[in-house]
Amino acid sequence: MSEAYFPVGPGLGLEENFLSLDDILMSQEKLPGRAESTLPRLAFALGQGAGTGDAIPEGSKLEIPLWLAKGLHDSKRRIISVELPKIYKEAWRTVFSADANVVDLHKMGPYYYGFGSQLLNFDNPENPEIAQTILQTFISRFRRIMDSSQNAYNEDTSALVARLDELERALFRAGQKGLNDFQCWEKGQASQITASSLVQNYGKRKFTDMDG
Amino acid sequence: SEAKAGRADLIFLIRFRHGCLLRNQRCILAYLYDRLLRIRALRWEYGSVLPSTVQFHMSAEEVEWFNRYKKSLATYMRSVGGEEGLDLTQDMKPPKSLYIEVRCLRDYGEFEIDDGTTILLKKNSQHFLPRWKCEQLIRQGVLEHILS
Repeated sequence: MSEAYFPVGPGLGLEENFLSLDDILMSQEKLPGRAESTLPRLAFALGQGAGTGDAIPEGSKLEIPLWLAKGLHDSKRRIISVELPKIYKEAWRTVFSADANVVDLHKMGPYYYGFGSQLLNFDNPENPEIAQTILQTFISRFRRIMDSSQNAYNEDTSALVARLDELERALFRAGQKGLNDFQCWEKGQASQITASSLVQNYGKRKFTDMDG
Repeated sequence: SEAKAGRADLIFLIRFRHGCLLRNQRCILAYLYDRLLRIRALRWEYGSVLPSTVQFHMSAEEVEWFNRYKKSLATYMRSVGGEEGLDLTQDMKPPKSLYIEVRCLRDYGEFEIDDGTTILLKKNSQHFLPRWKCEQLIRQGVLEHILS
């Protein structure tokens, strides 16, 4: 399944790819926000209040997923106003500029780059600084990812990828694949016909009978 | 009480519900599209006849899609490469020799090669066979390509 299957990748920059599963997962991440006016009957849907008829009072703090924030946001801020999650704020930005390599980006929301790019969609006076920080973080971390992916052959790489976010992990996997393919070619196995990976999975996982 | 609350609140509710519907639609479409991408990959990696276990899990529309994709591909392959057409799904890796050494991974039964002789493919038997006849069986996991 790996040779001929090309899934839709995540979008780059301000636009998500509609059909990308990665972007769908990324836009599920939550964002802190504030209700700008009383929101009737939605307390139940947004996780506060007990009855279905309760309203969310004006000014209360909410945590909403990115897709909902994008849908409810407008420049006049009538319904919702969004705030930056803490890792895109001033304090963390200085940490990133000091040394980006030590940060555990997987723990800080596994979609640092993707989510950060989407945050630029909301008007926020700090947007240029956020964009700069994301870019600089990527530049400083990239070297290490490239080196480790190209030099870890046949090893357990879990320690290397533990602190990478999803974009970086995809890069790491691409590097590993290149390395493995090259080694395979060097061993003369490049012309060996192999079974498709789907078939190899059959042996490991028997499909259970279903009723009806 | 809706009349008293005024129009602004309703707009919000409508936007919220619409957002949820769009989200559901997006998730469903991405899922179905990903399934099609995998089914398409099956044509290239496995062959033109899918095993029944896989077909069991496909919807009728997906089977229809697969058949039409197969047909499109076959028409295209026939139009390329002169008289007999060109099988693009063969020789996915550059071939080094006409005949290859293969070992049988499970009992398959009788297998006829071009000069008319039949070979019995039993588990663990090894054979020296023409590459173009074996390629599909190797991809399906029946045979294993052995390098000398």
